[in-house]
Amino acid sequence: MSAFASRHPIWSLIVFVAAAALLWAIFAAWPPGMVAWAGSKKIFLNAFFNGITLGGLYFLVASGFTLIFGLMRNVNLAHGSLYMLGGYVGYEVSALTGYWLLSFVAAFIVVGALGVLLQLFVFQRMEGQDLRQTLVTIGISIVLADLMLWIWGGNFYQILAPGWLSGPVKLPLVTAVKSNGEAVYLTYPVVRLAVFGAAVVLGVAVWLALNKTRIGMLIRAGVDDRDMLSATGVRIQRVFILVFAFGAGLAGVAGVVGGTFQSIAPGEDIRFLLASLVVVIVGGMGSIPGAALGALIIGLSEQLGSVYFPTYAVVLTFLIMVVVLAFRPQGLLASGRT
Amino acid sequence: MTAVSAKSPRLTATTQAPARPATGEIPGLYWVVGALLVLAPLFCSHFVLLQILGWAMILGMIALSLMFLAGYGGMVSLVQLTIAGIAGYLTAILGTSAVSGISLNWPWWLAVPVAMLVAVVFGTLVGALAVRTAGIYTIMITLAIAAAFFYFVQQNYAVFNGFTGFNNLIPPVFLGVDWHNPIAFYYLILSCAALAYLAVLYVARTPFGLALQGVRDNARRMAALGFSVTAHRIAAYSVASLIAAVAGVLLVWLNAQVSPGTVAVGPAIDILIIAVVGGIGHPIGAFIGALIYVILRTFALDALVAVGLSGERFQLLIGLGFLIIVFGSPDGLLGLWTKLQNRSQRGILPDREVSR
Repeated sequence: MSAFASRHPIWSLIVFVAAAALLWAIFAAWPPGMVAWAGSKKIFLNAFFNGITLGGLYFLVASGFTLIFGLMRNVNLAHGSLYMLGGYVGYEVSALTGYWLLSFVAAFIVVGALGVLLQLFVFQRMEGQDLRQTLVTIGISIVLADLMLWIWGGNFYQILAPGWLSGPVKLPLVTAVKSNGEAVYLTYPVVRLAVFGAAVVLGVAVWLALNKTRIGMLIRAGVDDRDMLSATGVRIQRVFILVFAFGAGLAGVAGVVGGTFQSIAPGEDIRFLLASLVVVIVGGMGSIPGAALGALIIGLSEQLGSVYFPTYAVVLTFLIMVVVLAFRPQGLLASGRT
Repeated sequence: MTAVSAKSPRLTATTQAPARPATGEIPGLYWVVGALLVLAPLFCSHFVLLQILGWAMILGMIALSLMFLAGYGGMVSLVQLTIAGIAGYLTAILGTSAVSGISLNWPWWLAVPVAMLVAVVFGTLVGALAVRTAGIYTIMITLAIAAAFFYFVQQNYAVFNGFTGFNNLIPPVFLGVDWHNPIAFYYLILSCAALAYLAVLYVARTPFGLALQGVRDNARRMAALGFSVTAHRIAAYSVASLIAAVAGVLLVWLNAQVSPGTVAVGPAIDILIIAVVGGIGHPIGAFIGALIYVILRTFALDALVAVGLSGERFQLLIGLGFLIIVFGSPDGLLGLWTKLQNRSQRGILPDREVSR
């Protein structure tokens, strides 16, 4: 951090000022002039929190994607379909049993098992043929999308959050001050905050698992040089299967999360595939912290953009991607060892 | 599988387009197909002429532009339909359409070239961005750009007329011929498709085309020989964009409309499917794949209903067919054909084309 500051004093200053302005905008009560210029603080705070929680969801989807890519150099374009399958499975389980948490377990197991099958019967058979693998995943995503349309139809499904997570919570953030000096606080849905917390916990857990455990060490070694790793006697195919199952399972869990605070419907698979693509391109392929940063940037820009310039919100996302590509093609937080 | 090929993903050896030997050995089959296409108006209904053959040739041209990039340049771009869409949209915006509030009513001889020029410039810019990355990254970036354009035209009402798009776009009258006439329009499509096909064959044999194939096979060695790898790749994008732009103008004239659905992500991926199914290493494969796709698209509904399935399972059929072909033959149907021929000729000798 200090090394960065001494090397790029101007950039550090800009980042520092921007962070301070952001903190001020979040915590301080806005003066009337600011409200006249940028709209009410409540709208800003809502968009800000929506962006961060959406970023949490994007991180859940994209982390599995980037993990699989990092180790196996395999772009799984069926990742969005895995997300959607997780959402449908989660809906069925929670509708049947009434246990919301159980639907996470079910989605993780079902989609993870599908991931194992994919790795065993598809990717292992065409290892190293990257383009062919990509084409096959396109085919699989078309087939899966149509099968799911067949089973679940074109309706919207929403997974109901349990009672202890539904309803709003009052946050200690002032949105406005009434004329009698009484402060108005922001209220926000609990479930979105819970999901964001879960995404943070999961992200930290994955990072710790990758950096502090033996299996994580194997995975990182595989990312760097898988031929050398298998030459040292590691059964790399098993590591592959494990990582693929875990990454697919994460997509399934993300599907349940997405089905809870948004909804599941045909077309969501492509939307989330594109979101994960953009997130990992911005953040840096194969890097978990990169996926977190990318997800935060994309989630925030999508939500703030949809509030402040609605027509071009989607284009803003892609503009960020193009700018990152033009100036830092490997992504913001890529390891540099591609 | 070596570490190098893991780091610079490229097409497998069997999918690479061979530089054909010099002319003078056009197989008889080509003459027969060509003659049939020229004589088609004599024995085909207008529906078959335009909605089957014409549509297939237009899609084939877009797939051909992808084939040029992928087969000769080793770059798989999903943005080709978007480039065609830009040409089509600009034809509608600059020329005449039913949306009189937006269309500028330029004469066709100004609107169409400008539309194509803008599309080519856009394609070149996308290429300049995409060649900063390689292999699979290119697929993802071009996919993302295609999606961005789709969302943009869907939400922009000022210029692109949003969800509705433009309709009532008809081919103009020029050279004394009303090109809206089905037979005249069929010949227009046929000549454009044939020109594009021959142009790709020709460019592949020019020094530029050969250098491009060299870049595909070993970019580092070509750079060491003094070729500018980036310039060749971007130029390839320009050439491909021109073909896609011509096809885009024809496409909006054929459908008489252009809307965000024309440039959606699904159709963009369909173009890749068409090129791969036909055989991404062969220019003619794009047209074969397109014909199969169009026939499936038109008749699968009836066929599916006939066997007791809902006609909505069309995508399933396409997806499964695509999976089988990608699994069975990396070089599409044409590769399968060569494989069968080789097998019948060589008899018991082992097949050289076993997958790695």
